[in-house]
Amino acid sequence: MIDFEVFVQQVITGLSNGMIIALIAIGYTMVYGIIELINFAHGDVFMLGAFFALTLLGALGMEAWGPGGQTIGVIAMLIGSALFCGSLNWTLDRLAYRPLRGSSKLSLLVSAIGCSFICMNLGLFWGGVPMEVFAGGVASAAPKDFPAIIPQTNLLGGAFIRITPAEVLVFAVTIPLMVALTLMVKRTRLGCAMRAVAQDQTAAALMGIPVDRVIGATFFIGGALGGFASVIYALYNNTIGFQMGTRAGLDAFTAAVLGGIGSLPGAVLGGLTIGLVRSMSDQYLETRWTNTIVFCILVLILIFRPSGLLGSTRKEKV
Amino acid sequence: MVRRIGPITIILAIAAVIPLLDLVLPAELALSEAVRSVFIYAILALGLNVVTGYAGLLNLGIAAFMAVGAYTFGILTCEIYPFQFGFWGGLALTVPIGALAGFILGAPTLGLRGDYLAIVTLGFGEIVQDVLKNLDSITKGMQGINPLPSPALGGAPWTADDERKWYYLLFALLVIVVIAVRNLERSRLGRAWFSIREDEIASRSMGIRVERAKLVAFATGAALAAFAGALSASVLSSTGEPNNYDFQISILALCIIIVGGIGGVAGVLVGSLVMVGLNSIVLAKATAWMAAHDIGGQGNVLLSPNNWKFLIFGLALVIAVRVKPAGLLPPRLDRSGS
Repeated sequence: MIDFEVFVQQVITGLSNGMIIALIAIGYTMVYGIIELINFAHGDVFMLGAFFALTLLGALGMEAWGPGGQTIGVIAMLIGSALFCGSLNWTLDRLAYRPLRGSSKLSLLVSAIGCSFICMNLGLFWGGVPMEVFAGGVASAAPKDFPAIIPQTNLLGGAFIRITPAEVLVFAVTIPLMVALTLMVKRTRLGCAMRAVAQDQTAAALMGIPVDRVIGATFFIGGALGGFASVIYALYNNTIGFQMGTRAGLDAFTAAVLGGIGSLPGAVLGGLTIGLVRSMSDQYLETRWTNTIVFCILVLILIFRPSGLLGSTRKEKV
Repeated sequence: MVRRIGPITIILAIAAVIPLLDLVLPAELALSEAVRSVFIYAILALGLNVVTGYAGLLNLGIAAFMAVGAYTFGILTCEIYPFQFGFWGGLALTVPIGALAGFILGAPTLGLRGDYLAIVTLGFGEIVQDVLKNLDSITKGMQGINPLPSPALGGAPWTADDERKWYYLLFALLVIVVIAVRNLERSRLGRAWFSIREDEIASRSMGIRVERAKLVAFATGAALAAFAGALSASVLSSTGEPNNYDFQISILALCIIIVGGIGGVAGVLVGSLVMVGLNSIVLAKATAWMAAHDIGGQGNVLLSPNNWKFLIFGLALVIAVRVKPAGLLPPRLDRSGS
């Protein structure tokens, strides 16, 4: 007999982590949708966003600001990290991907893997910054504690199920972002240009759409979502490290593929599914097999339904 | 017609006389463990080159097949298991088992598009590590399987001190692999691979059995990687921990073929020397030198050369793809006649 309270608790945890995964997955799915590149560096951009947030926190001494000030601090971190990750992702496109437009997809992919390694190394160096919040720069490779500004107390008082302010924050940040993004893609000129470029770059260019600028904007938006995700991830899980980008990136990519790559609702659905699978596997199987299970899902989806749950079937172009 | 002496012959000839330089050079420069890893990674990268360079299938999990090879060799030869085939028996059996592993992964997945295949192989690489870690009753988990036998030609088992013996054994095996791969390149199958890499649909309409050719390329690459894994385990007398075969190793192999020259044997050999030399010789020597002169230490992250590894690999990939997409020693395009 499954303990009902434990099960509900796992659902809450799974959905919270799933929303974060979904936000990262959107970054993958947008970039893939537009230039068919698996942006390997996306997970590491996310990781650097968390380091940026921690630096900001330390530099401004936000921990000591008191409750009102900390709310402002969280907003500052969200905006700061989003701008930072967006710019970083845009820069990667400008320096490492744009010069390769027109060459083979494999060299683009190789370049992205290279960017991922560079970012990971920058995270390692960043962890060695001699700041108080980074434990004074000692053991740069070690995971860093992210201060629990948002308390993990139970909002429901003494009830048997816990819902913490951190969990509320996760949903309060992710849901409006997803709605805003959907509206942007569907309603605005930029969104329309993005959809046009995704469909046919040459035709879009002939219609007067500045293709490179639109692709750059896509990278910026995808990166910025990763930046938001990095702050809420750090506030929710309270620990960051330079290697967390790989794990988060793989989960998010799996989510994007599971939902159907290129599809925004698909990325959200996939993210929530992966979040739930992870928390259920942690609880009812063994934590050490969780990653294997997620990968098996990825492999099985790719083999049996490569278009994902919500994706459209698309044949490879000749 | 007299055959031109190609770059491969020159590289191998230089490699053959290097140990003799011991007589003139300080001994610690020539035959360290790092030089052995140049040979082992050259074999691994030649395997990856068959899959990615010849057939154009990006494999990001080649290290997993190296792990399969190392652990197969370990289980077949270590004294704690009932098999105990010895070095040569273990090595000979590792190759077909590696090919089988490649076949098992390849058969259901080779129909996927290029980038999806890359992700599946990446996932496979992670699964293999997790499985090796978690099935610790068989694989001894983080301890690795040890001790493992050495070739022991001529009397007492070799130790790490028999540097020249190891060098020439690995050199000879590399030469055999090079000859085999060169022959594959010029065979009907090799031409089919090149053709598939350039245009899959055209190849299919020319009557090439694309699926079969891809599968053979995948299995060949896996077999060579497993071979390299078995050799590496034997050199270290241990499989090491599963993390020794992580994504970083797959990327090192990818760096080797991209930097050296994808699709050609000579390029891969040069790439192994450059990348593994950088990784295991230059960085290691720099670390040792800095420790000896009391620079760096734990305090400053920038002053530990090992911390620059990812940056170097990453830059190597990004710059190579952009500046020299064909690599340092690109394969000759005209393969006719030779």
